[in-house]
Amino acid sequence: MTDTPRTIEISPVTRVEGHGKVTIHLDQNGIVDEARLHIVEFRGFERFIHGRLLWEVPVIVQRLCGICPVSHHLAAAKAMDVICGVDELPPTAEKMRRLMHYGQVMQSHVLHFFHLAAPDLLFGFDAPAAKRNIFEVLREKPELGRRAILMRKFGQDIIEATAGKKIHGTAAIPGGINHNLPIATRDAFLKTVAEMQDWALDALALARDYTLGHAELVGGFGVFPSKYMSLVRADDGALDLYHGNLRMIEPDGSAVFDQLPYDKYHEVLREDVRAWSYMKFPFIKDMGPDDGWYRVGPLARMNTVSFIDTPRANAARDELMAANNGQRTHAILANHWARMIEVLHCVEKITELLHDPDLQGTDLRATGDRREEGIGVIEAPRGNLIHHYKVDENDQVTYCNLIVSTTHNNEGMNRAVKAVAVKELSGQSEITEGMLNHVEVAIRAYDPCLSCATHALGQMPLEVQLLDANGHIIDRRARAL
Amino acid sequence: MIQVIGYGNPGRGDDGLGPAFAARISGLSNVRVCSDYQLTVDHALLIASATQVVFVDAMMGSDSPFEFGPMTPSTAQDLTSHSLSPAAVLALASTLFEATPKGFVLGISGVAFGRVHEGLSPQARANLTLAEAYFRDWLAMAHSQDLAEDRANA
Repeated sequence: MTDTPRTIEISPVTRVEGHGKVTIHLDQNGIVDEARLHIVEFRGFERFIHGRLLWEVPVIVQRLCGICPVSHHLAAAKAMDVICGVDELPPTAEKMRRLMHYGQVMQSHVLHFFHLAAPDLLFGFDAPAAKRNIFEVLREKPELGRRAILMRKFGQDIIEATAGKKIHGTAAIPGGINHNLPIATRDAFLKTVAEMQDWALDALALARDYTLGHAELVGGFGVFPSKYMSLVRADDGALDLYHGNLRMIEPDGSAVFDQLPYDKYHEVLREDVRAWSYMKFPFIKDMGPDDGWYRVGPLARMNTVSFIDTPRANAARDELMAANNGQRTHAILANHWARMIEVLHCVEKITELLHDPDLQGTDLRATGDRREEGIGVIEAPRGNLIHHYKVDENDQVTYCNLIVSTTHNNEGMNRAVKAVAVKELSGQSEITEGMLNHVEVAIRAYDPCLSCATHALGQMPLEVQLLDANGHIIDRRARAL
Repeated sequence: MIQVIGYGNPGRGDDGLGPAFAARISGLSNVRVCSDYQLTVDHALLIASATQVVFVDAMMGSDSPFEFGPMTPSTAQDLTSHSLSPAAVLALASTLFEATPKGFVLGISGVAFGRVHEGLSPQARANLTLAEAYFRDWLAMAHSQDLAEDRANA
C-alpha cells in the first residue's frame, strides 16, 4: 500500500479493436477513486467522407472497421436509399441485404464468443495470461475450435455471396442491390445450414450453462441497471436486426420511448464530449448526460424486444428472461448468452431466407425523388449503428454523423470498469495481472470495437503502467500483440 | 499451392500495403491470393490446403524497403485481439487441421499510418514495387523447388 494516490494504466486494452487505455486512480488509502476507459485514437472518419459521392459512400465506409464492415455498408446504403427517394426496397434487394446482415452478425458473434471470451470463461479471469488464449481452449476442446472456424466460414461465405466480396462488398447500392442469389449458391448453403443450426444450439447451451452455472459470479460482476435501446420491428416490437423503429426502455422495462422512427434520433439523443476521451458520450437530450445514458448490444436487444420471431431463438430468450424472474437482465456477462441466442436467430433467419424464392428475383433496385438528407440505422453485432448524411446538388456529401455501437456504450463501459475496479482493486496491497484482467473482462463483455486498428508490424504493444501521484512510473509491464 | 495473404486497412494510408500487394500479384499462376483487413481464425482454414503461405503486411520502424523471411508457428504470444499474428495463424492451422505449410512473412515499409485517408505514400509505393520484384523472383524459385520435390516424391 502506498501513502500517495496512484494511477494504474492499462494501455492499450487488449482484445479490443483500436487503441484504448484504462486508468484507475487510487487514493492515499488504496481505494479506487475513479476509473476511466480512454479512447486515445481519433478517427476523423466523418471528415474523410466529406466531398465523397453518394454512390461510393456505402463502399468507402467499410474502411471504418475490419471487424464489422458489412454493418457500415448496410447502414450507409440505407441512408443513401432515403437520399435517392426510396422508402421501400424491392423484396429481392431487402432480402439479399438481410441475408448479408445475418451472415455478418453470426460470424461476428461466433468470433467473439469462441475466440475472445472463451479463454476467460473456460479458465477463469484469474488464470495466468499464458493460459487465457485460444490455443489453450483448443487443447481442451478441439472440436469446439474447429466448429467455431467453420461457423465463421459459413457466415463469411454468406457475406461473400451477397456482398460480392468478403471485404469491401459492393452489393448494397442506393435504392437496392446489384445482384441476386444464384440457385447453385443457395443450394450449397442449404447443404450445411442445418448443421450450423445444430452447432448454434450447442454453443447456446454452452453460454447458457456458463451463465447459470456461475450465477454468483455473473450476478456480481459489473452489474448495474441502465436504460437500453435498440431497433424493434414496426408494430409488434419483435427483434429486427436490419430495420424497424427505435425503442428505449428503463431498467424495469417501461418505455422511455417506443416505435420512434429512427430518422428522429437526433431529436431525442445528444452526444456529450469529455476532454479525456475522443469517444463521445450519447445521452437522452431531455434527461441530460448523468441520467440519460443507456446501453445497446445483444443483451440490450434481449431486454428491449417484445419477442423474437424465430421459434428456437425465442424459446432461448424466454429462458434468459426466466432466469432473472422475468425481469430485465443487467449482468454484463449475460451478453455472451444473448450473443448465442442471436447466432441461433441468425441461422434460423438464414434458413428461412434460403427457402424464399425472392432471393432469385430480378427486380433489384427502386428509384424515387432525390432528397438532401438521409439517415440509416441498423442493429450491428455490437448494437445500434446510426449513419446520417447530407448531400449537395452535385451528389457530394456535405455532412456526416456516425454513432457506432461502442460509442452508445461508452458510459456503460466506463461504469463497468469502475464497478469492477472498485470490487477487485480497492484496498489491495498488490495489483496482480488477474485483477487487471477482471477490468478487461468487463470491457470485453461489450465486445467493443474501437475501430480501424492500424496493425502494421511492430505496432500495438501492450503496456501496463503503475504511476505514483507525481506521474512517475513505479511499475511497468509490456508485451507485444 | 502457394497462398498469399495481404492484409491491412487501405483506409489508413500505408496500412493498405498488404492489400495493395495482393492486388498487384493477383492472377499469377499457381498462386492463390487473398486480401483482408486483418488475420483472423478463418485464415487457418484458408492456409490449411497450401504448401507455402506468405503473409504480407505493412511494416514500421525498419530502414529496409521490405523484409522477407521464413517464420514458424507460435502459440507463445498472447492472442489478445480480434486479429492474429501470422505465427498464430500457422499454429492454428497445425493444431486444428494438422496442416503445416511453410510460412513466410513479407513486411513492406510504410511511413504514413496515422490519419484516415486512402492511398499509399510515395515512399510506400516505391517500397511496394521493390517488394513485388523480389517476390516474383522468389516465386519462380519456389515453384522450381516445388516441382523438384514433386518429381522426387513421384
